[in-house]
Amino acid sequence: MATASHTHDDHGHGHHDHTPGFVARWFFSTNHKDIGILYIIFAVLAAFVGVGLSLLMRMELQSPGMQIFADGQAWNVAVTAHGVVMVFYVIMPALIGGFGNYFVPIMIGAPDMAFPRLNNISFWLLVPALMLAVGSLFVGGAGTGWTLYPPLSNSTYQSGMGLDMALFSLHLAGASSILGAANFITTIFNMRAPGMTLHKMPLFVWGMLVTAFLLLLSVPVLGGAITMLITDRNFGTAFFDPAGGGDPVLFQHLFWFFGHPEVYIMILPGFGIISHVLSTFSRKPIFGYLGMAYAMVAIGVVGFVVWAHHMFTSGISVDTRAYFMAATMIIAVPTGIKIFSWIATIWGGSITFKTPMLFALGFIFLFTMGGVTGVKLANASIDVILHNTYYVVAHFHYVLSLGAVFSIYAGFYYWIGKMSGKQYPERWGQIHFWLTFIGVNLTFFPMHFLGAQGMPRRYPDYPDAFAGWNLVASLGAYVSVASFLVFIYVCFRTLMGSEKAAANPWGEGATTLEWQVSSPPPFHTFDELPRIR
Amino acid sequence: MPQSRPQDPELARRNRRVALGAAVVVGGMLGLSFAAVPLYTLFCAVTGYGGTPMIGGPGAPGAAADARMITVRFSANTHPGLPWRFQPGQNSMQVKPGEEALAFYTAASQSGGPSTGISTYNVTPEIAGPFFHKVHCFCFDEQTLAAGQQAEMPISFWVDPKIAENPETRDIRTITLNYTFFRTLADAERAGAIAKAGPHVGRASDATPVGAGNGPSPRSVP
Repeated sequence: MATASHTHDDHGHGHHDHTPGFVARWFFSTNHKDIGILYIIFAVLAAFVGVGLSLLMRMELQSPGMQIFADGQAWNVAVTAHGVVMVFYVIMPALIGGFGNYFVPIMIGAPDMAFPRLNNISFWLLVPALMLAVGSLFVGGAGTGWTLYPPLSNSTYQSGMGLDMALFSLHLAGASSILGAANFITTIFNMRAPGMTLHKMPLFVWGMLVTAFLLLLSVPVLGGAITMLITDRNFGTAFFDPAGGGDPVLFQHLFWFFGHPEVYIMILPGFGIISHVLSTFSRKPIFGYLGMAYAMVAIGVVGFVVWAHHMFTSGISVDTRAYFMAATMIIAVPTGIKIFSWIATIWGGSITFKTPMLFALGFIFLFTMGGVTGVKLANASIDVILHNTYYVVAHFHYVLSLGAVFSIYAGFYYWIGKMSGKQYPERWGQIHFWLTFIGVNLTFFPMHFLGAQGMPRRYPDYPDAFAGWNLVASLGAYVSVASFLVFIYVCFRTLMGSEKAAANPWGEGATTLEWQVSSPPPFHTFDELPRIR
Repeated sequence: MPQSRPQDPELARRNRRVALGAAVVVGGMLGLSFAAVPLYTLFCAVTGYGGTPMIGGPGAPGAAADARMITVRFSANTHPGLPWRFQPGQNSMQVKPGEEALAFYTAASQSGGPSTGISTYNVTPEIAGPFFHKVHCFCFDEQTLAAGQQAEMPISFWVDPKIAENPETRDIRTITLNYTFFRTLADAERAGAIAKAGPHVGRASDATPVGAGNGPSPRSVP
């Protein structure tokens, strides 16, 4: 791919590299690299909450009967908080705010993001947002699931302020995402180095560009929907209340018009990372670069016209279901292009199985599995049976918990040397991979069986018939939590360790611009813009 | 404050332009999400989607000579929040397409004071919606009953003879007309029947889910 002529390899750490003091650097930061690191730290901290909640839930489900949670409402509160925290405060900050902020400007040869101060606001909006989300747990919580469907989210059934706090939390997270998205679009369109045309951009940047557009188009709709929910709850309007002429199904339409693009928002940056990692560790350029880029564009576009496949049981007509079913299955085409291009990239390559590569290969396997169950669920007739069962839980955890999270881990191991200047301990990285791989598969694969047997979602208790696979899933969850702790240990070992990372520790396979600056890059990455040939 | 390096003014201008475009897109999508509320209703009213009957259309054209009779069945639901006994006056009737027909529902208040309800309605099969015309209906307005009052509620309607021409609807022999009566928000507020903040989640086994009305069967109200 693109190579830069070295206008900047004479970087002594000269006059341009004096960093501001601690408070100015980390609290008032306008530097894209510092903000990216803040986002990643934020995501790791939020992950403790999300992982902790999932541990509690699996402990509850380990055997029939009520163990930990007082009642169904308490259970639903934990389900909601787990979903919201993982989606909005772990995956999105890590992929978009973290890796996106750190590497998009470097990869396109820009000195920084287009609006550095806006970038600072984007990050700091997330902090009160997470505080509201976690705080809502202590004032009754939101027992609705992350989908927030009325009438369950009406004041009749969720009367406390917990749900209002969760809604405001989503408002803040949404504002943060929108500002970030506008910033990315401006940066990518206007600040590419000379010679860096759109068709030479690294695939991670392409993924971020499509993601930013999806955010810009979908998040305001969520904002509108939850604003109406708030006024329904607190100010006597009836947007979603039939007694006042409203319609609860409208909320489902609005929510999923946001919610479906949202799942691509969580995975597209990951697609980019996986492409880089596979290419680097196979020592081959990515197969079908342009097809890969436009497959992401196609996924983004089609992702906006398939939302009602989440509503097959909401009473929509047969013809509508037929359309949404067909449109949904079409998404398997660009996704298939990506999967096969990845396989073609590693085919015949000179492969080294470093930790990032292991996570990338694991990603392909797990994401494909989640994709296949997705195609199955896309069938309106089958979905009538599987809707709201553990089959759906298994499906979306395979694409998100396993797909997106594996891409985050791949990106982490790929770039931690670049970001910190210290290389991770390879052996512990590999232990982390295998523990995670075994743990998550043990957790989520049995859920396919439970779902196919008819175990419904969102209940803290179940009949004895489901006990066996639930026990297996819970044991898997304990392994997964242990693997998360191993990850924390790896972070600790990396940052405390003494193994310095070279500017390019990966060799000839790593061709993007970030590998041509020092590790870590100087405070101002490019003093002169690199020229892309 | 770390000072970001001065930007070239031309770049700053271009950046502002893209950011402005992004702000317009965000504003537009936010506006669309609110516009979805009337548009959603309008879409159903115009297309008959989801079994929405046609309202305010032309009068009945008169029965076609060779028209086949269609059975119209009547169904009624009452939201538990409304202390009414609401049921159809007839289970079903035979109508000739193109001919206006008149049917009645009865509602009896079991409340100690006045109460106001409003009903939602549709027809099944859903694809019959565009062919089912309502001329007059109690469901167009709020209805108020005094304590213990019983009222006959009329509805006049006609079925479009084109229902026999459309390949998707020509096999339809029976159309079911359904109403669900809700207490109006204003009335519920007046009567103190709106659930406001309070720790009733969890212990409220008496909170029947929405839509769990038992059709025409009478409901005992304390």
